[in-house]
Amino acid sequence: MKFVDEFRDPAAAKQLLAAIADLTAADPERAYRFMEICGGHTHTIYRHGLEHLLPPQVEFVHGPGCPVCVIPMGRVDDAVWLARRPGVVFTTFGDMMRVPGSAGSLLQAQAEGADVRFVYSPLDALKIARDQPEREVVFFAVGFETTAPSTAVTLARAAALGLTNFSVFCNHVLIEPPLRAILDSPQRRLDGFIGPGHVATVTGSDHFHFIPDEYGLPIVVTGFEPLDILQAVDMLLTQYRQGRCQVENQYARVVRPQGNPAALQLLAEVFTVRDSFEWRGLGWIPASGYRLSEAYADFDAERRFPLPGRRVADPPACECGAVLRGQLKPWQCQVFGSACTPEKPIGTCMVSPEGACAAYYNFGRMHRAAARAVALGGAARSGPVGTATRPA
Amino acid sequence: MCLGIPGQVVDFIDPAEHIATVEVSGVRRSISTRLLADDPVAPGDWVLVHVGFALSKIDQAEADLTLDQIRRLGKPFEEEMEAFLETSIV
Repeated sequence: MKFVDEFRDPAAAKQLLAAIADLTAADPERAYRFMEICGGHTHTIYRHGLEHLLPPQVEFVHGPGCPVCVIPMGRVDDAVWLARRPGVVFTTFGDMMRVPGSAGSLLQAQAEGADVRFVYSPLDALKIARDQPEREVVFFAVGFETTAPSTAVTLARAAALGLTNFSVFCNHVLIEPPLRAILDSPQRRLDGFIGPGHVATVTGSDHFHFIPDEYGLPIVVTGFEPLDILQAVDMLLTQYRQGRCQVENQYARVVRPQGNPAALQLLAEVFTVRDSFEWRGLGWIPASGYRLSEAYADFDAERRFPLPGRRVADPPACECGAVLRGQLKPWQCQVFGSACTPEKPIGTCMVSPEGACAAYYNFGRMHRAAARAVALGGAARSGPVGTATRPA
Repeated sequence: MCLGIPGQVVDFIDPAEHIATVEVSGVRRSISTRLLADDPVAPGDWVLVHVGFALSKIDQAEADLTLDQIRRLGKPFEEEMEAFLETSIV
């Protein structure tokens, strides 16, 4: 329990761990695989070594909720193409800068003279458009329901200002369709979900009823403190103990059952759901992404510019897809820590700090062998991790 | 980009456009409160800020907890905090 002392409230952590141990002790053969959907949770789990504090029957499976990680290579190529276009100021969140496309990243395009600018907020991009009316300013919009409302407000503002030099390359995605894709997969081996606290702030915790109602699995919408995650594990196991299967809200101090109505209304006004959108590793998923609505067509970079729109397969060596589906641990990928590192990433999961591979790598598990030793070491963890058969 | 950073509303720069000043650890920047139009915020309120937008009202205890947690997350998150505090929308 060497990590417990790092907790804000070590006594509470110990109490939760004791409760979890008790809930799993009754049947040592019963294993639980809980998927944390959000990359922020993945980061907290690795940062605090939570997987090593829990009994061996409880395993975290990393989900598809890192918005940087799920952008397919063809879309990155489109972004680089836009950035290289003369007269364009291409604005992006910093996380997207180093994501490799098939012909380099935005960072490389910038080094070669493209005007690529890192912004913290879409409103920063709007400000650049207002300050430089002679330039075409494009904002690279990525993110789930958490982030899409911010782009929506920015577009509404751009329309109110009558700006003609601002557009959005929209890659906003929805959380429900990829979860259904994972739940519908014949390879699924999951026992519940640690639900995404920030997405639920917008969608509401009620949005996740389809998981217990249609798939018979519990979900606990969860905050981002390590104690929040331990409590979520305790709540999931308690549901099993008591024979319940429900949506519970551990993060009620921030998340409401109905979410944020103003944000949801803006999403409905500014965006329409695409027929289909391509996800890295998950392929094309129906109704899983937003594009700009007809009312905002003038601000849609996909309509304003003749984007190549080429579909590019993931690099053969990269197994981000299996990592995003929760089928592979980062250290089980062939190139993890060798050809693929945060400094020189091959796959998206190594780029974003919320990506499972980067989180795994950054906390001292740099080499596959070392990561394997950490994951399998000590009291010889049982279950799917221990029985993985990928060659070393 | 996925962080929620807590800030305390100081005042409104442009009430019609829902642009407010928030303070985080003694540093001030402007944000949009448009997404809380249904549940208006007032000076003194704490909000969770994501990519320059107040996403949710929180209390001070939650704000303290979240700031503490961000500081523990390490360098990429400290850099996002810096970006949050150094960029400008007005």
